[in-house]
Amino acid sequence: MLSLYSTDDQLPTYSGYKSYRTATSGRLSSHWGLPASSTLQDSRTNANAALVFEYCYRFINICKSYFGKIDEEAVKNNFVVIYELIDEINDFGYPQNSEIDTLKSYITTESIVSSSIAAEESSKITSQATGATSWRRADVKYKKNEAFVDVIETVNLSMSAKGNLLRADVDGHIQMRAYLSGTPECKFGLNDKLVIDKNEKGISDAVELDDCRFHQCVRLNDFDATRTISFIPPDGEFELMRYRSTSNVKLPLRIIPSVTEVGTTQVQYTITVKTNFNNKLSATNIVLRIPTPLNTTTAECKVATGKAKYVPAENVIVWKIARLQGGQECSLTASAALTITTTRQVWARPPIEVDFQVLMFTASGLIVRFLKVFEKSNYNSVKWVRYLTKAEGSYQIRF
Amino acid sequence: MSIRAPRKGENYELSVDLNSEYREKRKDAIKRTIASMTVGKDVSGLFPDVLKNMQTDDLEQKKLVYLYLMNYAKTQPELVILAVNTFVKDTDDPNPLVRALAIRTMGCLRAEKIIDYLCDPLQKCLRDENPYVRKTAALCVAKLYDLKPELVIDNGFLEQLHEMIADSNPMVVANTVAALTDIHIAATSQPGTSSSDPGVFVITTSILNKLLIALNECSEWGRVAILNALARYVAQDEKESEHICERVVPQFQHVNGSVVLAAVKVIMIHMRGVRREELTKQLVRKMAPPLVTLLSSPPEVQWVALRNINLLLQKRPDVLSNEMRVFFCKYNDPLYVKVEKLDIMVRLASENNVDALLSELKEYSSEVDVDFVRKSIKAIGQTAIKIESAAERCVNVLLDLISTRVSYVVQEAVVVMKDIFRKYPSTYEGIIPVLCSNLDELDEPEAKASLIWIIGEYANTIDNADELLGIFVDSFTEEAYPVQLQTLTAVVKLFLKKPDSSQGIVQKVLNTATKDCDSPDVRDRAYIYWRLLSMDPAAAKAVVLAHRPPISIPRTTVAPALLEELLGEVGSLASVYHKPAETFIGKGRVGADSVRKGGELSEDQFSTQKALQTVVAGQQAENLLDFDDGPGLEGQPSGLAATEVLSNTPAAANLLAGTSSNPLDDLVSIFGGGGSGGLSLAPSTFGGGGFGMPITPAPVTPASGYPASKPNVQSPPQQQDDLLGLF
Repeated sequence: MLSLYSTDDQLPTYSGYKSYRTATSGRLSSHWGLPASSTLQDSRTNANAALVFEYCYRFINICKSYFGKIDEEAVKNNFVVIYELIDEINDFGYPQNSEIDTLKSYITTESIVSSSIAAEESSKITSQATGATSWRRADVKYKKNEAFVDVIETVNLSMSAKGNLLRADVDGHIQMRAYLSGTPECKFGLNDKLVIDKNEKGISDAVELDDCRFHQCVRLNDFDATRTISFIPPDGEFELMRYRSTSNVKLPLRIIPSVTEVGTTQVQYTITVKTNFNNKLSATNIVLRIPTPLNTTTAECKVATGKAKYVPAENVIVWKIARLQGGQECSLTASAALTITTTRQVWARPPIEVDFQVLMFTASGLIVRFLKVFEKSNYNSVKWVRYLTKAEGSYQIRF
Repeated sequence: MSIRAPRKGENYELSVDLNSEYREKRKDAIKRTIASMTVGKDVSGLFPDVLKNMQTDDLEQKKLVYLYLMNYAKTQPELVILAVNTFVKDTDDPNPLVRALAIRTMGCLRAEKIIDYLCDPLQKCLRDENPYVRKTAALCVAKLYDLKPELVIDNGFLEQLHEMIADSNPMVVANTVAALTDIHIAATSQPGTSSSDPGVFVITTSILNKLLIALNECSEWGRVAILNALARYVAQDEKESEHICERVVPQFQHVNGSVVLAAVKVIMIHMRGVRREELTKQLVRKMAPPLVTLLSSPPEVQWVALRNINLLLQKRPDVLSNEMRVFFCKYNDPLYVKVEKLDIMVRLASENNVDALLSELKEYSSEVDVDFVRKSIKAIGQTAIKIESAAERCVNVLLDLISTRVSYVVQEAVVVMKDIFRKYPSTYEGIIPVLCSNLDELDEPEAKASLIWIIGEYANTIDNADELLGIFVDSFTEEAYPVQLQTLTAVVKLFLKKPDSSQGIVQKVLNTATKDCDSPDVRDRAYIYWRLLSMDPAAAKAVVLAHRPPISIPRTTVAPALLEELLGEVGSLASVYHKPAETFIGKGRVGADSVRKGGELSEDQFSTQKALQTVVAGQQAENLLDFDDGPGLEGQPSGLAATEVLSNTPAAANLLAGTSSNPLDDLVSIFGGGGSGGLSLAPSTFGGGGFGMPITPAPVTPASGYPASKPNVQSPPQQQDDLLGLF
C-alpha cells in the first residue's frame, strides 16, 4: 500500500491506513499478496491507482456503516466481521460487491446457520449480489411507501483580501432514503437548465449544473441521451447523485473582515457577519475561526451575539453563533497582544474559516421538481424533500 | 512444527477449548485463535485442532477455519491435505454461499499439493447454476494460473472462460474478463513470448459487443475491468472507434472516480481512430466536467486525478482551458495536492487568466510552508516565460516578494529572475540594483550562482560589478562548486567587457581556481579560460559571450511517444508516476529482447518502443557514466549519444530552463529509489548537469565547443563520482 507512491519527496499518506492494516495484517501476504492484488501490496504490476484509493475509501465507508466508526478499538472488537467483509468485497485483489445494503443481508454480526431453509435464502442473496440490480432485493414490502430526498450542498468559497471572489462553487449531493415496496421505477426531475431549456421555455429559475455523477442504479445511457434521471432505487439510504455548480452561487453568509496590525505588538480585528437570505430562514451552528499571529499571548474578544474565545493551541479565535436569522448581522471586535520576537517573519495571514448550516436553502438554487414512482401494484407513495446548505472548512475568507 | 505444545500456556488452553464438546466454546476458541494469528503470534501448532472444526453448519465458524487454513497452508502443506475432503464436499453444498466460499478458499491455499484436487470442483463450479458461484470460480482460474499455468491449459479452463464472456450475468462477465486479463498479462510478460504471439485474451469484434452490453449492467468495479479490456481492443475502422466512444461516454457520469478515469482512458485511446473533428471536440468537451468533479474527492483520489489531468493537458491543452479557478489551492489542501495544482495552473495560464493566477500565486508566496512558497515563486517565473505580455506583471510581483525580505522568498525570487533574464535579455535591467542590494541575504548556492550570473551578464551596465564579484572571489574557496563555476565565468565576462578595470580580479580568480580549488570541473574551466584569454581574446569573446538559445517552457514533460503510451494507462501507477510501467516494476524488459521485438513492430509502435528504451536506459546510467580515464573523450560521445533522444525533444529546453524535470533527476529517482536521490542532485543540475557540460546559465557553448586538444581535461569529473556514489 505504502509503496504505491512515487519516491518523490512529497508522499501522500493514506489516512485510514493504520486501522486498515490492523484489520488485515497477517493476511496481506497469504490472501492478497498475489499478482493481481497489487491493490494492496507492492507495485509489482502497474496497479490501478485510482481504483485502489476508491476501494480503500469504500472499505472505510462500509466499516463505518457496520460499526459506526473506524478506529483501533472498533477494529479489535469486530475483527471477525472485518475478515468476513474483506473476504466478500475483495477476491484475488479484484473488488467484488461493495454495496452496503446487500452486504448487510448476508454478513451480519449474528452468525448464520447453514440449513436447508437458509440455502433458499442464500440463493436469493447470491442472485441479488450478482444480478443486474445488485443493490436491491426483490421482495421488499412496506406498509407505508415513503421516499425522503435530502439535497445537501457544501459551499466552497475563497474570497481575496480585497473582497473579490476567487472561487465559489457548490458540491451538492442528493441523499435518498427509499422505503418503497416491490421494484419501483423512479423518475427524478430537477430545475436543471439543460432539461428545462429543452422542455419548457420561459422558466427563469433554472440552475446550471456543471457536472452530475450518479449512483450505479441510475441508467447512465438514458441520462446521456435525454437527461432524464431514471432508476430502481436500493432499499434504504443511498447517495443518488452528486453534482457541481459554479454559476450564480448564492453565498449565504457574508464576512467583512477588517484586521489591522498596530505596530508589532498588537493586532485588531473587527469582523462582521451578515446573512444573505430570506428572513424566514436562519443559519445555525456558525463557527468562525479567525487566525491570530503565532506569537500571540492573549486576545480580548467582544461579541454581541454568540461566544468567542481565543484558542492558543490552534492560534485562532473561535467565534460560535448558535443561530442567526436571515437579513441580520452581528460583529466581533477583538485585539490580540503579541510578544516581541527576534525573527522578522511576516505573518502569513491564513484565511478565516467559516462553518455553518442553513436549512431549506440551496446555494446553487437547485430545486427538486418531481419524484415519480411507478410500481406494478400502483401504490401511492409519499415523498419528502429537504434542503441543507453547509460549509465545513472550505468557506475561506482571506484578509 | 507439529510437535505438541507443552501442556500449559495460551496455545494449550486454546487446544483444549478447540476440542471441547460444547459448540459455543469451540467457536469462541477459534475466534481467539484467529485473534492471536492476526496479531502475529504463531498458532500453527493448533492446525489439527482447528481442522476438526471445519465441518460445521455455522457459516461464520467455517469462514474462520478457512481463514486459518489460508494463513498456514503454505507452511503446513501436508496437513492441508486432510482438509481437502471437506473442501470438495463443500463445493457440492446446497447453499451457494458455501459452494462459493469453498472454491474461493481452495484457490487461495497456494499449496502445490492441494492444487491437483482443485481441478474437478473448479470444473463443476464454472458450470454452476448460481451466478455467485460462477463469478467466484472465474477468478479461481486466474489464481490457479498464477500457481500452475499448465493445469489451466490442460483442463481447458481458458476455453471455458472464453465461453463465459457470453454469460447472462454481468458480474460473471466482469470477473471473467478480469481473470482473462490477468492471465493474459501473466502469459505475455513471460520471457520468450514474442509480440507476434497474440496472447491468451484477444478481444474480437464479437467479444467487444458482449463487453459493451455488460458494461452498463455490472457493478462499478466490474465496469473498471471491462473498460480496461476495451482499452486493449484495436478498432477495425473509424466507425467502430466512434461506436466505442459513444457507448463509453455515459460512464463519465459514474460516481466512482476509478470508473471515470477508466472511461477517460478508453476514450483517449479510441479517439485516435476518430477523424470527425466535431465528434472529437464533443468528446473532449464532455471529458472536462467529470475531471473537475474529481477534485472534490478525498485528497488521495484528487492527487491521482491531478497527475492524470497533467498528462491529459499535455496532449490536449484545450480540455480545461476555462477551468483554471478550480485548481486554486485551498489553504488546507495537503502539500502534494497543492504542488500538482500549481503545475496545472501554469499549464492553463493564458493571457485571459494571468492576472487571477498572479494574485493567487502571490498569495501562496506568503504561506508558511517553505516548499510550497518556493514552488509558487517558481510558478511565477514559469508564467513570465510562458506569457510574454505578462512578464512585466510577473516581475513586479517578484519585486514585491523580494521586498518582504524573507530569506527563502528572496533567494527563490532571485533564481527565478535569472530565468526571466535569460528569456528576455536586457529588458528588466532596471531591477538589477534591487537584486544586488539583497546580496547579503543569499546563503544558498543556487541563489548565489544565479545572482552572480546576472552580474556577469550585465557587467557593463553595473558600475560596481567588480566590487560585487570581488566579494565572491575573496570567499572563492569556501563557496559551493556551482557558485565557484559561476564566479569564474562572471569574472571572465566582466574582464571581456571591461578589460581595463578588472585585470587584477580576473588574474586572482584564475589563480585561485587553478591552484586552490579541489573540483576538477572548476579547475578545468579555469584552465580553458586562461588559455583562451592568453592565446586569443577574440576567440574568448566568441566563446564566453556567445549568443545563447532562448529558453521556453516545454509543453510536455515526457517524450511524445511516451505520452501516448501513458495516456493509454490513465488511472494506473504508470500515469501517476509519469513513467512507463517497465521502469518501476523492475522486470527490465530492455536489451536484446526488445530490440529484436522492435524489428517486428510497425513504425508507430516502434517510436513508442524507442521512447521506452530511452527512459529505461536510465536504469543503465551506470554504464553511461562509467567510462574510464583512458578513452575518456572517445567514451563521452557515446555516453551523450545515449541521451540524445531525450535532448532532441522539448525536454532539452526543460534542461536549459533548469527545471526539475532534468532527465538526470529521473535517472536518479529511478535508481536511488528515494527522494534523497533527486534532492542531492539538485546542485549538480546547475553547474554541470552531470556531464561537466554547462547547461544552465553557463557561458560556454555546448561540449563540442571545448577545444579538443586540451591536454588537461580529465573526463570523469568529480561530480560524476558524486552521481555514481548515489547509485
